[in-house]
Amino acid sequence: MGHSKKRKEDARFIQGKGNYVDDVKLPGMLYMDIVRSPYAYAKIKSIDSSKALEIPGVVAVVTGKDLEKYNLHWMPTLMSDTQMVLPTDTVMYQAQEVAAVIATDRYIARDGKEAVIVEYETMKPLMDPFDALDPEAPVLRSDKEGKTDNHIWHWEVGDKEKTDDIFSNADITVKQQMHIPRIHVASIETCGCVASYDKVENHLTMYMTTQAPHAIRTVIALVAGHVGLTEEKIRVISPDIGGGFGGKVPVYPGYVIAIAVSFLTGSPIKWIEDRSENLQADSFARDYHITAEMAGTSDGKIQATRFKVLADHGYTDASANPSKFPTGLFSIGTGSYDYGAAYMEADAVYTNKPPGGVAYRCSFRVTEAVHAIERMTDMFAKKAGKDPAQLRMENFIKKEDFPWASPTGWSYDSGDYHAGLKLAMDTVGYDELRIEQAQLRKEGKLMGIGISTFTEVVGAGPSKDFDILGIKMFDSAEIRVHPTGKAIARFGTKSQGQGHETTYAQIIAEELGIPMEHIQIEEGDTDTAPYGLGTYASRSTPTAGAAAAMAARKLRDKAKKIAAHLLEVSEQDLEWEPGKFFVKGAPEKVKTIQEIVFAAYTNHPEGMEGGFEATHYYDPPNLTFPSGAYICVVDVDPETCDIKVRRFVAIDDCGNIINPMIVQGQVHGGLTQGIAPAMYEELIYDEAGNILNGTFMDYLVPTAVESPNWETGHTVTPAPHHPIGAKGVGESPTVGAPPAIVNAIVDAVAHLGIKHLEIPVTPFKLYKELKAVGYFNQQEA
Amino acid sequence: MIAEPFGYSSPQSLDEAYALLHEHGDDAKILAGGHSLIPMMKLRFAAPTHLIDINKIPGLSYIKEEDGFLKIGAMTREVDLEESDIISSRYQIFTDASKLIADPQVRNFGTIGGNIAHGDAANDHPAVMMALDAEVEISGQDGKRSVSINEFFHGFYTTAVQHGEILTEIRIPAASGHFGSAYHKAERKVGDYATAGVAVVIRVDDGGICTKAGIGLTNVNAVPMRAIRSEEALVGSMLSAGDIAKAAQYAAEDCNPSSDLRGDEDYKRHLVSVITKRMINRALERAK
Repeated sequence: MGHSKKRKEDARFIQGKGNYVDDVKLPGMLYMDIVRSPYAYAKIKSIDSSKALEIPGVVAVVTGKDLEKYNLHWMPTLMSDTQMVLPTDTVMYQAQEVAAVIATDRYIARDGKEAVIVEYETMKPLMDPFDALDPEAPVLRSDKEGKTDNHIWHWEVGDKEKTDDIFSNADITVKQQMHIPRIHVASIETCGCVASYDKVENHLTMYMTTQAPHAIRTVIALVAGHVGLTEEKIRVISPDIGGGFGGKVPVYPGYVIAIAVSFLTGSPIKWIEDRSENLQADSFARDYHITAEMAGTSDGKIQATRFKVLADHGYTDASANPSKFPTGLFSIGTGSYDYGAAYMEADAVYTNKPPGGVAYRCSFRVTEAVHAIERMTDMFAKKAGKDPAQLRMENFIKKEDFPWASPTGWSYDSGDYHAGLKLAMDTVGYDELRIEQAQLRKEGKLMGIGISTFTEVVGAGPSKDFDILGIKMFDSAEIRVHPTGKAIARFGTKSQGQGHETTYAQIIAEELGIPMEHIQIEEGDTDTAPYGLGTYASRSTPTAGAAAAMAARKLRDKAKKIAAHLLEVSEQDLEWEPGKFFVKGAPEKVKTIQEIVFAAYTNHPEGMEGGFEATHYYDPPNLTFPSGAYICVVDVDPETCDIKVRRFVAIDDCGNIINPMIVQGQVHGGLTQGIAPAMYEELIYDEAGNILNGTFMDYLVPTAVESPNWETGHTVTPAPHHPIGAKGVGESPTVGAPPAIVNAIVDAVAHLGIKHLEIPVTPFKLYKELKAVGYFNQQEA
Repeated sequence: MIAEPFGYSSPQSLDEAYALLHEHGDDAKILAGGHSLIPMMKLRFAAPTHLIDINKIPGLSYIKEEDGFLKIGAMTREVDLEESDIISSRYQIFTDASKLIADPQVRNFGTIGGNIAHGDAANDHPAVMMALDAEVEISGQDGKRSVSINEFFHGFYTTAVQHGEILTEIRIPAASGHFGSAYHKAERKVGDYATAGVAVVIRVDDGGICTKAGIGLTNVNAVPMRAIRSEEALVGSMLSAGDIAKAAQYAAEDCNPSSDLRGDEDYKRHLVSVITKRMINRALERAK
């Protein structure tokens, strides 16, 4: 614990020897490409495959009508909605799958796709979620019997009456409508699979880009059980994954079509999306329209918050949330502040956009919630006439008040918010920066300082609340130690770059004293790994990491019994230090873990089971609540409105740290994915439903050039209920960074009359806002 | 991201290349660095039936000062411009521009000839060439001809290069006297096409009077354009702040930007004004 061990997996990655799904090649494999709709909303009049089938090498063209024969043209989503695999009559968004072309190689499949002629009758799409609520709006999901509007669900939490009462009597209230735009995870590896059905054995092997292989196997069995594919006949293998970020949790139509075609042809089918398909059709993230309000006293004490959300889900609710949480964990949005009243409500609607709502490097809608609370805190501070850092210090939940019951029902496990912000302020030199800012303003220069002090909620989750389609969200570890004292451990999670092969090995090494180099970690094969719900929502360390510690402790208990037997003493006489048991007061009487394991196979006590293996399914007693204090300093070019992040200090508290280097890497990556929505990324559609930035030329993923020098640091407040006191960190920076950046940019121009800026804050957008307040007139005058 | 089927030839000489151009007709395209053409083919925006790859033809890559000109071979890579001593000491405008073109991988292969011959007003070198008053050498079976850069760009993706011809050399009047040049573009992120870009070349006499000015604009007009009124405002002036402001204002007025995701017309004119002012000042600094 606490050691920056080099990552075990990097040996293969830096040599280009990773094994990704596109590296899988099977004898007789066919390739699939997908015909996609150029229109956002249209009736399919006809599909003519004849020209495609004339191309040598094109084997088949599959349409919705073909799948309908097997009742495979629709599938359930994780949120119990329904999604088309292939349409039989209507397309609901641009880039939706319309037909699949199967060919003997990938290039022929692409040419075949071009040759499929689809005749459409276009309809006016519904693109604005507010329009979707209009009673006169066309009902998009007319496939659903009795559906008379575009409303999907309503959700609320908190005490409405109490909150409203505080608002009506408060000294100060602030209110802001904001949009957390639709963005995309844009992982560098797109999605894909190789579906290989063996007709003789009636067995499906599915190599695929999934963050949750076990859950996927169960879903396939539930969907395809009626055609004979039952769960023991399905093996899902998730090989190396080039970034997931939540985008590889859902089941996409392409996977299902590949399975269906392999099932029908008996040939392995490979499907790999290209970049634009991934960006245009796969699950989006965010897209919450939030009206946020905060009430408090004139001396700056926060008393209540009220959030109202309109969620644009596209044509189906294909979010990847725990089933009981349609808005995910959005209700964490009361933040790090000590007040007793909050009310939040949300409504979701259908539009003619791609489905989704994945938790993009975020524990289910926490990013949206944190953006709202941290923007409101700044606006409230401004109105109360207080420095935003000071106001936060005065409102933080105190260290000694944990566990703390939030007004929306969470029990925050631990935290030291004052220490985090103080460290961040000292690191950045907060007071000096405020002095510099005042001076720069006199010179007409624009510089801003922004703070975000967020609380995350990760590690879903306790089985009493958390399930996906009924399957409880525990996770698992199985440790098998071989006679020579070397081990293999398998998990229900699946790394997509997080470094599990290193982190888990370190946890087991810590608990059992076996060197981490001697511990092999495996994930992603449902035939060998224990069942678990996968890796997303920063849940791997809180759940599977805990399971690893617990399974190792079971083995340590067994080791103690064997050591007592070997040393001919009672267990009470033994003492443990990592790697060995020795007799109290007689340290020369010692058995190493390797000797003990060997004895488990060669000389175990009578009445004890042989072998040295343990499995643990860890059901967390609570979620963990990591926190962070981020401070961003920006300089804005007063003429071009270019925004440069001068400093970014990120102090994270993720409890006990297993591998500081991996944590730092996670924080760096997460911060970069935090500047993305703050300054660059947004999926943009026109009124006709066309995506305007469906390639990386216009969908602006920030690179190393756009990334400032991240300055990271930590406070350590262990999770009291977690076996090793760890909390999870993968997502904190993505969640915490955007409001720090926006708060900084708003701060840079606040004296010019700007109160709020919508993300992404681009130079163009900032120019328009500054022009609207007459800034350039003053400049020229 | 898979192109339509196409044929491919790799001639070893220009004569062989001309013959191939005639043989394959209008649907053949010259492949230089490929960093504009190949992405368009992969997106199926372009579908030439035959590619004639001129990368193997010797003698098309050089940077030299000769006969009062800076001569650059059409197949000179961006990275060669970045690393050239002649360029970095006397023609900094190329260094400015090269650093802003895409990323190192693209610059390792992308060529200056391709950047110009592609005929895209969003590319950076066309504006640089206009500011520098370049001549372009176009070669074909009937010999070589020279075209002023001012007559080179005919329209969207169309240039003075006729079928059967290849752009072979770029000639720029050699730097002399108090000569300074600079280029900058506003871009949304590294590697992006310009939201707006401005290339400026300035020569002043010993008394500080501007004797020559060249100003080219990137991606604010359907074809690469010269800001002629701005140039006229500078020549003969002492390049006072007022003179520079006037030139900047003219450039902003005379360009014809279209609104898109990079910005609206107003913002782009504003950027042209700001960048023109800054680049004149930078070029002037270098001229001293």
